[in-house]
Amino acid sequence: MSKKGFSIASLSHKYIMAAAGAFLMLFLVMHLTTNLLLLAGDEGAKFNEAVDFLLTNPLIKIMEYVLFAGFILHIILGVVIQLHNRRSRPVGYHVTPKSGTSTFSRFMFHSGIIILIFLLLHLYHFFFVKLGLVPMYGGAEERHEFFPMLVYVFKNPWMVAIYVVSVIVLGFHLKHAFQSAFQSFGLNHNKYMPGIKAVGTIYAIAISIGFSVIPLYFYFIY
Amino acid sequence: MNFKLKIWRQKNAATKGKFEDYNITDVSSEMSFLQMLDYFNDKLILDGGDPVHFEHDCREGICGSCGLYINGRPHGPLKNTTTCELHMREFEDGSTIVIEPWRSKAFPLIKDLVVDRSSFDEVMFAGGFVNINTGGAQDANTTPINKKISDRAFDAAVCIGCGACVAACKNSSAMLFVSAKVSQFAMLPQGKTEATERVEKMVAKMDEMGFGYCSNTYACEFDCPKGISVEFIAQMNREFFSAKVCSHKK
Repeated sequence: MSKKGFSIASLSHKYIMAAAGAFLMLFLVMHLTTNLLLLAGDEGAKFNEAVDFLLTNPLIKIMEYVLFAGFILHIILGVVIQLHNRRSRPVGYHVTPKSGTSTFSRFMFHSGIIILIFLLLHLYHFFFVKLGLVPMYGGAEERHEFFPMLVYVFKNPWMVAIYVVSVIVLGFHLKHAFQSAFQSFGLNHNKYMPGIKAVGTIYAIAISIGFSVIPLYFYFIY
Repeated sequence: MNFKLKIWRQKNAATKGKFEDYNITDVSSEMSFLQMLDYFNDKLILDGGDPVHFEHDCREGICGSCGLYINGRPHGPLKNTTTCELHMREFEDGSTIVIEPWRSKAFPLIKDLVVDRSSFDEVMFAGGFVNINTGGAQDANTTPINKKISDRAFDAAVCIGCGACVAACKNSSAMLFVSAKVSQFAMLPQGKTEATERVEKMVAKMDEMGFGYCSNTYACEFDCPKGISVEFIAQMNREFFSAKVCSHKK
């Protein structure tokens, strides 16, 4: 795709997309590890300790900006690529294509949109409060006192359902994303690819289940 | 065998096309798909109609001319088979067969089922060759090449440039075609010398022609009549990355 005076090759788009995606996948691991401390059954003591550590660590402060850049790049490029791809086939087929592909791979944009909408809701619940854009709720006395807020959010069955469905969609997105990132960087080799695909599937399932357990725990057990 | 045919008819690029329904009877199960169309066209001509235009040449699966989108798949229902080598016995008697042209912005329609695939030629002109004059044939084995590497280069070189990868891809991406051409040269000593410039030029031309981006859905590999692996796409991604990172400033 060449534009006047500014052109990025299609492959470079894909590298940036994959790099941002890979970074977000690492972030999810860290996010899940911290969140699983909520299940310790200690009224969030360990979780708060972890949050305090993250909030006071200067490196994490910097990484927060990197994370935002990662999200923005991944989202904007996702839209740019989708628009370009739509234009590449102005007239579609009459018969629904029957070429063998994995189901999730064809709906990366759609699952991405669902995840984006969820992300905005999630930011509203737990990030904008920290920034002071949204008033505190659930009996929290400080802006980063997440425990009472999440107890409050997850007492609402609708919110629990939205969270669980969204992380399952996220799992579908990741199932394709994991091996796709390797492919985009050219790391596809018949010796390693079956392993990469297996790890990707385990990763996607682990993220989905891990993040689903938390709202379910607070709704049914806590 | 009898079939109902639903064929895309379009006079030229400027007019609007539409599907026409036809019935065809007494088709032999031994006919190839193109023979069936020939037989159908003969009848159509006798009835005073305009024959259905479709492209074909060798009819033995090596030229890459034929290419029809049959019942939702490029080259029809069989794996590793071109349209010309597909036989009517693969279809259920009495069924409807929907025949569409390749659909892609980079493959503009000419007439009926014929599309202009010269965008592939443009990509080849951009770098799909070896620039040095190689002279007469050398003695065999003057340049030793590992058998595995030469086999692998051949696996890429079997691409016939039919465009099924573009037709199959939800984004009409030409990555499988371009990567096969980039890889076949990059692996052999004659082509290695220009590998960096080649991949940059061919990718730039591919983008310019209006093909979509690769989403790694691997529909191309599934429908490639020559079974070309998406590992070559990965190889091109590597070649391009190292070209962008390592090449000298122009």
